[in-house]
Amino acid sequence: MKRIYVNEQWCLGCHLCEYECMYANSGLDEMFKLKGKAGKDILPRIYVEGGEKSPIHFAVNCRHCSGTACVNGCIAGALTKNDDGMVVIDKDKCVGCFTCVLLCPFGAIMPAADGKAAQKCMLCTDNIKGEPNCVKYCPNNAIVYEERE
Amino acid sequence: MKYLLIGNSTAAIACIEAIRTLDKQGEITVLSKEEQFCYGRPTISYCLAGLTDREHMNYRPLDFYEKMGVSVHLGVSAESIDADKKQVKASDGKKYSYDKLLVSTGSRPFVPFAEGLDKVKNAFTFMSYDDMEALDKALSPEKEVVVIGAGLIGLKCVEGIFDRVKKVTVVDLATRVMPSVTEEESAAMIQSFLEKKGVEFVLGDCAASYTENSVTLKSGKTLSFDILVTAAGVRANTSLIADIGGKVNRGILVNTRQQTSIPDIYAAGDCTEGYDSSIGADRVLALMPNAYLQGKTAGLNMAGGDSEYKDAIPLNAVGFFGLHMLSAGVYEGEIIKVKDENKLKLLFVKDNVLKGFILINDFLRAGIYTSLVRGKTPLDGVDFDMLVEAPQLLAFPAEARAAKLSRRA
Ligand SMILES: Cc1cc2nc3c(=O)[nH]c(=O)nc-3n(C[C@H](O)[C@H](O)[C@H](O)COP(=O)(O)OP(=O)(O)OC[C@H]3O[C@@H](n4cnc5c(N)ncnc54)[C@H](O)[C@@H]3O)c2cc1C
Ligand code: SF4
Ligand code: SF4
Repeated sequence: MKRIYVNEQWCLGCHLCEYECMYANSGLDEMFKLKGKAGKDILPRIYVEGGEKSPIHFAVNCRHCSGTACVNGCIAGALTKNDDGMVVIDKDKCVGCFTCVLLCPFGAIMPAADGKAAQKCMLCTDNIKGEPNCVKYCPNNAIVYEERE
Repeated sequence: MKYLLIGNSTAAIACIEAIRTLDKQGEITVLSKEEQFCYGRPTISYCLAGLTDREHMNYRPLDFYEKMGVSVHLGVSAESIDADKKQVKASDGKKYSYDKLLVSTGSRPFVPFAEGLDKVKNAFTFMSYDDMEALDKALSPEKEVVVIGAGLIGLKCVEGIFDRVKKVTVVDLATRVMPSVTEEESAAMIQSFLEKKGVEFVLGDCAASYTENSVTLKSGKTLSFDILVTAAGVRANTSLIADIGGKVNRGILVNTRQQTSIPDIYAAGDCTEGYDSSIGADRVLALMPNAYLQGKTAGLNMAGGDSEYKDAIPLNAVGFFGLHMLSAGVYEGEIIKVKDENKLKLLFVKDNVLKGFILINDFLRAGIYTSLVRGKTPLDGVDFDMLVEAPQLLAFPAEARAAKLSRRA
């Protein structure tokens, strides 16, 4: 399946992907409307590592990995790997125990803004964008969406 | 190939999923004492609290058995195993034959004996869907509840019922809450948070005798109640194996391939005692992720694969009324502590590895710590100061990081 991969050497650490992620999942019609909401009412599912002083940056989101530690440990059966190989969360089943946060070796699943359920990247299949918005708007090709088996 | 599974919970489901990765044809039969479709056992407390509902508690989609080609017998218990004939006698009077058998019978509540306990009318345990339904019917706003046991299950029960009754008092012989997953400071923090909520605790004390509506403790103190919940620990269901001379200690003994001491019989989940790599010895790890991985390993081996589960460690994520504690491993060695008003981070370091951790309300990306504990990663090969600040992949050397980011495992 197509997955998101990182080109660390090209990442500026601009955090644009985080905003594109929040925007894609916000349902808002204009990105600027995130103002005041970003990081508070809505949290990104992709996370850029490396602070201002760091020479290295890269963005991390769900690897849709084959170990699926999160799926294995989920106490509610809220996480599943679908037939395409994508790991999906059913937020109506999630009870917010955060066992998945404890298990994901990439730190790629996190509480949603309300703190009551987990959220994770589903490659924008769960919003109107249909394919990864973060990748689409990364100006540096620091994240790519491709098939690599 | 004929697979027979006893029990229908996490370990059994994982076993089915694993078998089907290798064997699409074999006949899989499940015997389940419980009558419900498989459900997430820990969700029973969330359901009582209204944080989930009965329609969402199914552990797998409703077409799971059909899709997996499994024949399930709900409400049917296995009564005995005949290992020579490779048959299991069940409560429906039938005999089920197998080529490979999985015992995933889980555990049952341990109810410590005390005089008069049989006189208590409204006595409950808290382990199953039926327990949840029974308790659900008994709850009402004017009632006072005593919960025996301040362990994970007891406190999750408290969270489940707290807003639906007048008062909840928790009694435990231990002097701190959740003694198996906390140390002093984390326990104190959780206890004081729950006390502020209004939960009362009587610790370092235990029930000496009961009347219909009260319990007298060893200390002489008496507590009255309308409802009594006993959550004083669990015992592994080992008798099916013990009865036929299989090796059993506090759980059914299994090797890292999940084999019992009897040929073609595997065991997985809370009923077993398996290898815990954090202590380098066998012990019962009655936890969901462990049940899944044991069940998966068993399934792969039953279906002719070759799989070992060698890196089991204790793992716990528990929350109460918005407070979250995530922990893993063992609490040995030097302690690195970061404390804030309502946050706590304790990292335990020994022999150049992270042995374990406790995180309260500061747990983002905790899985990166877990991977260090599980992998026994040498800390001199990572930027540990950076990791103490926050779990991050940046702390790994470029090569390891690249492998992590590209690798799918
Ligand atoms: C209230 C509560 C909260 C919990 N919270 C957490 C948590 O937050 N995180 C976590 O990691 N773990 C938690 N646990 C533990 C977790 O539920 C268990 O680790 C997990 O369910 C173990 O799965 P299992 O398949 O081994 O056995 P079980 O889930 O115990 O299932 C065993 C099944 O086998 C059936 N059975 C037994 N004997 C027979 C027989 N002879 N014939 C047929 N069927 C039989 C039983 O009826 C049962 O349905 C919690 C447990 C409880 C009770
Ligand atoms: S959230 Fe983590 S463990 Fe789960 S599939 Fe994604 S990368 Fe794997
Ligand atoms: S937080 Fe939700 S998705 Fe994560 S393990 Fe708990 S129930 Fe499953």
